[in-house]
Amino acid sequence: MAESGQGAATALAKDERVKEISGLRKALIRPELGAIVGTIAVFVFFVAFAGDSGMFNAQGVLNWSIVSAQFMIIAVGACMLMIAGEFDLSVGSMIGFAGMSIAIISVTLQWPVWIAILLTLALCVAIGALNGFIVVRTGLPSFIVTLAFLFILRGFTIFFPQLIERQTIIGGIDDAAEGDWLAPVFGGKIGGWIFDWLAEMEMIAVFERGTREGEPIVNGIPMLIVWALVLVAVAHVVLTRTQFGNWVFASGGDAQAARYVGVPVNRVKILMFMFTAFCAFVFATCQVMEFGSAGADRGLLKEFEAIIAVVIGGALLTGGYGSVIGAALGALIFGVVQQGLFFAGVESSLFRVFLGVILLFAVILNTYIRRIITGER
Amino acid sequence: MNGFFKTMAVTAVAAAALLGGTAAQADGERYVLVSHAPDSDSWWNTIKNALALAGEQMDVEVEYRNPPTGDLADMARIIEQAAASGPDGIITTLADPDVLSGPIRAAVDAGIDVIIMNSGTPEQAREIGALMYVGQPEYDAGFAAGQRAAGDGVGSFLCVNHYINSPSSTQRCQGFADGLGVELGNQMIDSGQDPAEIQNRVMAYLNANPDTDAVLTLGPTSADPTILALDQMGLAGDIYFGTFDLGGDIVDAIRDGVIEWGIDQQPFLQAYLPVVVLTNYHRYGVLPGNNINSGPGFVTADALDLVSQLAGEYR
Repeated sequence: MAESGQGAATALAKDERVKEISGLRKALIRPELGAIVGTIAVFVFFVAFAGDSGMFNAQGVLNWSIVSAQFMIIAVGACMLMIAGEFDLSVGSMIGFAGMSIAIISVTLQWPVWIAILLTLALCVAIGALNGFIVVRTGLPSFIVTLAFLFILRGFTIFFPQLIERQTIIGGIDDAAEGDWLAPVFGGKIGGWIFDWLAEMEMIAVFERGTREGEPIVNGIPMLIVWALVLVAVAHVVLTRTQFGNWVFASGGDAQAARYVGVPVNRVKILMFMFTAFCAFVFATCQVMEFGSAGADRGLLKEFEAIIAVVIGGALLTGGYGSVIGAALGALIFGVVQQGLFFAGVESSLFRVFLGVILLFAVILNTYIRRIITGER
Repeated sequence: MNGFFKTMAVTAVAAAALLGGTAAQADGERYVLVSHAPDSDSWWNTIKNALALAGEQMDVEVEYRNPPTGDLADMARIIEQAAASGPDGIITTLADPDVLSGPIRAAVDAGIDVIIMNSGTPEQAREIGALMYVGQPEYDAGFAAGQRAAGDGVGSFLCVNHYINSPSSTQRCQGFADGLGVELGNQMIDSGQDPAEIQNRVMAYLNANPDTDAVLTLGPTSADPTILALDQMGLAGDIYFGTFDLGGDIVDAIRDGVIEWGIDQQPFLQAYLPVVVLTNYHRYGVLPGNNINSGPGFVTADALDLVSQLAGEYR
């Protein structure tokens, strides 16, 4: 509705209330600018230093694409939530919890895998809603509330398998998922024929020995990557093209002002907590279906990795400003740097140093951009 | 904005210098060792040192990789990545076959020779297509230690598990319980990785269960704070105390009579031998015919001098 009204206004005549902004300035104040510059810089850097190390052959590309896609899935949720003005520190624990829930329901209880997935989805989204409900009802900072759930969920993730199976890793999910209709949506691969064809054309390497001899080393695009791209696209459209997207920005920018103009701020925030939990669920399910087991240690520190990707992508920690595309690029930078440092032969303990340096750069750049926008000095 | 690009350029130059430094190495074979240990686990320092030493002696290029938080799913990615970089061989642990067997098998099938070290079993290593297994079978080592403790009159114990996520840690406790001939039950605690937390939990458990005969720790991470806890409670030297793995404080405690024995799985050999085996296999085509058991060896107060001199570095 709002959109068509706006379109009509511009079609009619120039609105004197709208200030003219030059194209260059418009490009400069986009939240994803920092991330775009960063992405280019990172790729130039690694092409120069690791170009011949296998990082850009089919296997290498798939490797950092998967890692980036993982970051992307949780970064999309974290980004939407951060724009709405809240944090979720329970993402990492939620990943471990969701995986373990699927494992216990499908392997220990022997229920069909699709029921396990759907029940876990309901459970995760409900916990996300609870997170959001507590935050909006008590007015406590989401930082504290979700920190509590970080411990609560991780504790249960260790306790239940210990209690039931006497170990902290439950395997055998791949056997249980055999022939299931829902499992391939998370753990499958698509586009295998493209890689068969590429291998025939000798564009990519094939296995030299073993049971898969002659098959291409990369045999499809994991659904994980498809999920990441779909989530990014949907979230971007919702955020920038719909009324609900405007509500999200308004809730994070100034919640009280938003309430005055009739935005259902509490509902928006709770929905964003549920979406973050959903993203963690997608991450966990893809991982469980790929590896066939769930472990109590899965997802450790992932909440911070999600937040880092979002901040590199130009979102403000204070809410009300940010972009899903930026967060996705932030996740790409994060994944490429993490995996690329290995290909470049850098000592692995220095990874954190590079991570810190990139984070610092991103925040400084974002501060500059915000000053340009708001005109503060 | 200008300032930003300037800083960026400076860092790029600095990074380039750093890369140049690490890249200038022997022009020989390249081997990557992938472990499951989080950065915080000091025991793996011996592995790193032995790996570097082997690389130097054999004149090959060696690299050490690990998942920073100990997340095994991240480790699977690191193995895939190592395979993509096309090394001559990969030396890796098999902490969880469900997660790691796929990536390892793919590396084997891509023509990379793999040796399993530390975690896993000889059978798993063979199934996966690895050349051999170098390490200490965990359950058997725990079982042997349990039998030894049973011989010394132990009937109940506390297992301080600082790495509850790893099945092999639990197997050590389970093996010890079976060796003693008792149920594991609640005698294993999840101590976490933080020294102060470990110390407090051990004290809390021993206060709540004063009739505990023995304490079993699984490495320096849990042993060092446990030594402090026993000191504070006045139980040091009184309660029967055995530990897996060695470290500086553990060796001192063995000498002081606080710790009865340490089970040495000789990590030095787990990192050193695979490099030697792989290098000779690639240069001369020779390969030992069976797996190599690097442990268990019980280190007691006798013959401790060389161990204490090199503890934490090569022992």
